[in-house]
Amino acid sequence: MTNEIELIKDPGLPAHVHRRADTDPKAAARAERQVAILFGLSALGTLILIYSFVFIKDDVFIFIPVLGSTNLHQIGLGMGMAIALFCIGAGLIHWAKTLMPDEEVIAQRHEFRSEDEDRENFVATVKEGAAAAGLGRRPLIKRTLGAALGLSALTPVLLLRDLGPLPGNEQSKTSWKKGTRLVTDPGDRPIRPEDLEVGSVAQTLPELTPGKERHLDEIAKDAVLLIRLRPEEFNLDAERLSWTYEGIIAFSKICSHMGCAVALYEQQTKHLLCPCHQSTFDVTRAAKVIFGPAARPLPQLNITVDEEGYLVAGAPFNEPVGPSFWGRLS
Amino acid sequence: MTARERVAGNVAGYVDDRTGAAKWMKKNLTKVFPDHWSFLLGEICLYSFIILLLSGTYLTFWFDPSMREVVYDGSYEPLQGLKMSAAYASTLDISFEVRGGLLMRQIHHWAALIFMVGIVVHLMRVYFTGAFRKPREFNWIIGVGLLTLGIVEGFLGYSLPDDLLSGTGIRIAEAIIQAIPVVGSYLSFFAFGGAFPGEAFIPRIYVVHVLLLPGIFLALITVHLMLVWYQKHTQFPGPGRTEKNVVGYPLMPVYMAKAGGFFFIVFGVTAFLGAVASINPVWLYGPYTPAQISAGSQPDWYMGWLDGLVRMAPPLETYFFGYTISWNILIPGLIIPGIMFTGLALYPFIESWATGDKREHHLLDRPRNAPNRTAIGAMALTFTLVSLINGGNDIIATTFDLTINQMMWFSRIGIIVLPPIAFVVTKRLCLSLQRADRDLVLHGRETGRLVRMPSGEFVEVHEPISAEKAWLLTSHEQLAPLELPEHDGAGVRRPGALKNKLRNRISRAAAVAVPKATETERKELEGHH
Repeated sequence: MTNEIELIKDPGLPAHVHRRADTDPKAAARAERQVAILFGLSALGTLILIYSFVFIKDDVFIFIPVLGSTNLHQIGLGMGMAIALFCIGAGLIHWAKTLMPDEEVIAQRHEFRSEDEDRENFVATVKEGAAAAGLGRRPLIKRTLGAALGLSALTPVLLLRDLGPLPGNEQSKTSWKKGTRLVTDPGDRPIRPEDLEVGSVAQTLPELTPGKERHLDEIAKDAVLLIRLRPEEFNLDAERLSWTYEGIIAFSKICSHMGCAVALYEQQTKHLLCPCHQSTFDVTRAAKVIFGPAARPLPQLNITVDEEGYLVAGAPFNEPVGPSFWGRLS
Repeated sequence: MTARERVAGNVAGYVDDRTGAAKWMKKNLTKVFPDHWSFLLGEICLYSFIILLLSGTYLTFWFDPSMREVVYDGSYEPLQGLKMSAAYASTLDISFEVRGGLLMRQIHHWAALIFMVGIVVHLMRVYFTGAFRKPREFNWIIGVGLLTLGIVEGFLGYSLPDDLLSGTGIRIAEAIIQAIPVVGSYLSFFAFGGAFPGEAFIPRIYVVHVLLLPGIFLALITVHLMLVWYQKHTQFPGPGRTEKNVVGYPLMPVYMAKAGGFFFIVFGVTAFLGAVASINPVWLYGPYTPAQISAGSQPDWYMGWLDGLVRMAPPLETYFFGYTISWNILIPGLIIPGIMFTGLALYPFIESWATGDKREHHLLDRPRNAPNRTAIGAMALTFTLVSLINGGNDIIATTFDLTINQMMWFSRIGIIVLPPIAFVVTKRLCLSLQRADRDLVLHGRETGRLVRMPSGEFVEVHEPISAEKAWLLTSHEQLAPLELPEHDGAGVRRPGALKNKLRNRISRAAAVAVPKATETERKELEGHH
């Protein structure tokens, strides 16, 4: 006995066990039939698909348990296709598993590493090639080539320049000006304070200059939410209070976090909630962030009424609306 | 020789005269592939990619990638007369006017989800079994690349219909671009051809979605498969299987039939889902306008973890010299995902650096035999899972009657606390399983039969396990920890001592194991009985 630790030995590949179809011709014939039935089912599936495509109108609905009311045209096409494809696959695999040889074979792996000699030859070839080109001996060529290649990489950058205009102060501007009427969205009707009941919300946009069309780019910055509270419910400083009108307060509807529409208003708590990332803003405190990832309140729009009694902006937004960007404060 | 054989022979001869293919084919038609259910996961990805190419090509015949404004006059009544982009209108037409169009749209979307699930589960299989080790690091990196591109491709794909939900996703993507310090606004204006949303991005992302990325996918998948082919597949340990061989079935005919059959099965299942399970019903969302949104806005699941991270971010912004840095967007939207994917791509190199193992591996690890790796994987998965759960925090809150605040605080605390717990628990579990393996080899299987000995003593009969099973449970290697020098002979700290100390520490942690059972121990125990 030695003191060496003896490890458990590899018993080698276990002996092959024959399947029933290997030894019993009846089992083999049965397997063959099963494969054929699967292929036959597949053909049936294609027929169902053809029938559904040609003969079933797309307004026929049937009731199927679990699925409920279902469009027969759709379900016929889809199920026909599913059966046709699935049964081909099932047939092939059943064939492979029951009738094709199932004896495991052993193959040897090869080493990936090249022979030392090949490696040395490779290095020698590369060196020879480099020497033949004279890269090392002609630094002038090397440097100018490097500079030329480096410079030419600027071309695609340059060519992509016209993908879009420079931002300029585009991100900081909206269509709101002093005296711009607030109009309903949709409908484009001007709004009087008395149109809004206490506790209600209205989605508004700036009035459109006649003959102009509204672009999504503008809506993405101009959308404003009107909310009417009882004036005593506000908890604002004097300036912000002066931006409200008879309990109506206006905020940018574009979230100060990532620009989603802040569309959920909770009447009881007077909170505005952004459905994208759940930033929550307190309407009574000038949309102060009280929860969630937003870092800034929603910009408040100064509103008042014009001589005809319609709600208008008393001044443009005093800060950029929407998500933050590098030069937001400049 | 029958006539048919003669014709086949002539064709084969014609091709071989011009390509010399016979030699290559002879060698490769009998190529051996090991069989295991988990090796099918990568196949699922490949097949769903083919389904995506087929169904996607079909969709392009009708889809109009344009943001030109049109008035809808199709057969879906609730939207008739509404202004919308041509992209959205043509998506409605595919769904309602083209026979089979809706089915193909749903197959395309389901195939994309299956593609991404396939990639993630395949990645988990490769990770937990250590299949990424030398010589397969390149393929691991390609795989991580495919995962990353798959997320982007999927996002662009479901953005194309230009419906209210997808437009909201694009809006968020734009906010992430815009948040990049210094150049963010420029990048956003270049990407969108001006202010958001502009009229350029649908045609632009269309080209990226149908041409650029699929081309890159095709190239990467080809290299991925060629490397698998050339390096031969890994195999699980077992009797007769060594680092030097590969045990399995020959390509022709068994593997061909099985793999070919599996393609049809994956396609069939995808078609079934497309038939019965409605997905992305864009007609319910309406056309995109920046001023509207639907409650419960959710991205597809493979983006959900990212959205979840953004949702749980604390409201941090820094202002200096009049410039704004939005940490609440940058950290969850770019920095954390960047760290995650870089770490993932570099993992094979990190592990081999930590364990000092530079050898080739073709036999897979059972996850329990690499407790440290398994625990790190569990930790990363827990992190991602908490993020994913938080990505659906609004849905979960309404479903289970919780407040959104409770959900958010669960995630904010959980994302920090739960991953380390997962690490410790998983490592303990692995070691317990190793202990169970050891007991099984040494003492055999408990049969539940009690026998009374002549002395009156009761013993439970243990049945020895088979030689094959005993080999499976003990064939793994147990690496000793590194012992890199931290001091020189005179006891003075060597240069690089700190690095060596760190490596020693990590490798000690990686080498923690229950000693595997040996034949010597078995014989000793037999002697006692």
